[in-house]
Amino acid sequence: MVSDLFAQNGVRYIHQERSLYRNIVVTEDSNRRCMRFTITSRIGQNQSCRFLKNAQELVFPYAKMTLSSLLVQDNPERILIVGLGGGTLPDTYSSLFPEAEIIISEIDEAVFRVARDYFGFRETAKIKVDIGDARVYIKRAGLRGEKFDLVILDAFNGEYIPEHLMTAEFLEEVKMLLPDDGMVIANTFSTSRLNAAESNTYQSVFGEFFNIRMSGTGNRVIVASMQPLPDRNTLDERAPEFKRKLTPFGMDVTRFPQYMSRDVNWDTSQRILTDQYSPANLINN
Amino acid sequence: MVLAFIAGFIIMSIELLGGRILAPYFGSSIYVWGSVITVFMLSLSVGYLTGGKLSLHNPNLVTYGTFFGGAAVLLIPLILWANPIMETLFLQIEDPRYGSLVVSMILFFIPTAILGMIAPYSVRLLVQSTHSSGHVAGKLYFISTLGSALGTLATSFYLVLWFEVNQILITMFITLVAAGCAAILTGK
Repeated sequence: MVSDLFAQNGVRYIHQERSLYRNIVVTEDSNRRCMRFTITSRIGQNQSCRFLKNAQELVFPYAKMTLSSLLVQDNPERILIVGLGGGTLPDTYSSLFPEAEIIISEIDEAVFRVARDYFGFRETAKIKVDIGDARVYIKRAGLRGEKFDLVILDAFNGEYIPEHLMTAEFLEEVKMLLPDDGMVIANTFSTSRLNAAESNTYQSVFGEFFNIRMSGTGNRVIVASMQPLPDRNTLDERAPEFKRKLTPFGMDVTRFPQYMSRDVNWDTSQRILTDQYSPANLINN
Repeated sequence: MVLAFIAGFIIMSIELLGGRILAPYFGSSIYVWGSVITVFMLSLSVGYLTGGKLSLHNPNLVTYGTFFGGAAVLLIPLILWANPIMETLFLQIEDPRYGSLVVSMILFFIPTAILGMIAPYSVRLLVQSTHSSGHVAGKLYFISTLGSALGTLATSFYLVLWFEVNQILITMFITLVAAGCAAILTGK
């Protein structure tokens, strides 16, 4: 309950609205401002947070894990991000690559407004938000022959990732958008019971991928590339040149290669998720 | 009564699968669900009217059985050709709201309308006298709506966890054919 938070550690309740899809709650404490989705009566997790004193510093480990993918593929010119949240990833990539064209596909117009009104997110000539279902956007973009050097899948509906954005057919549609040196990053959960099914699904479409996990977070980040994955030595060699660039975001990228695992350490017999079979929410509960 | 239960179960099961079938092409925005529900309501209402009308002319179990068979046959396009149909309409219609509405009509309208004919026809078959007609109708709607409730529950809680969408639809096809045969044979 939000009122429980009120009583704890001085969290202020800044804004709440009910969109077509979910409740969106914005809270703030002495340190940071956060956006949260809740569609059940359980306390929802925070979707997106910004430090009050330093808006650039990344709050969540998953965002840092996402950025560490620059060691795999650098300098994206065209980026598609699925799921806006508070706008952390678009803003971060935009400051790293000011000339990059960034399109964000977000289904919920209210999230866009909250990000704009409470998290300082702005559309610019280079950053555009497309309101609608990402599956539809990606399908149409594929038909138009569009390419994105980087696709980041960060959609979350309050409970989990929408089921039609987890299937092999969807990932094939994403793959169509990638040029020869394209890369796709997906933010999912390491603790979910779907972990094996998801991993197998990504593997069936992209082959080997990096599974980035860290202690202290329930997220895991999948990094799949159209090129063969660099080995550990290559990652370690590349890291120092990125260290200076990424330090403003609160991360030491030289520490990340150790978390970027290629090991297949999940149950490979788990059925992959397809449009015919994707009972994500049921498996999770 | 059993047949009415089956019809109720299957109607809701298809409706639930409807959103899942449409999602890969039209997303799962609120209007996609709106389209599915609209089409189901519309087709059921047409089915009720038609079923009622048909019950005026020599109501019998053989005709009743063909409703089940007919619905089964009209599920075939959904099972076999859903993807090509959705693909074509996705390409033709830019706006996903109208796209999902048109696709829902094409895929779900006729089979659901036929299934809708079952309830009023059942009433006519079961009613013995004007005096008990309300009571019969009540029992029938109880059974068929119970079927709907269980169809909703079973599909969303369990069937989608155990089976692929097409597997569930094929099972429904077989059940409808079996039910239709049972009715026709009993009628003869």
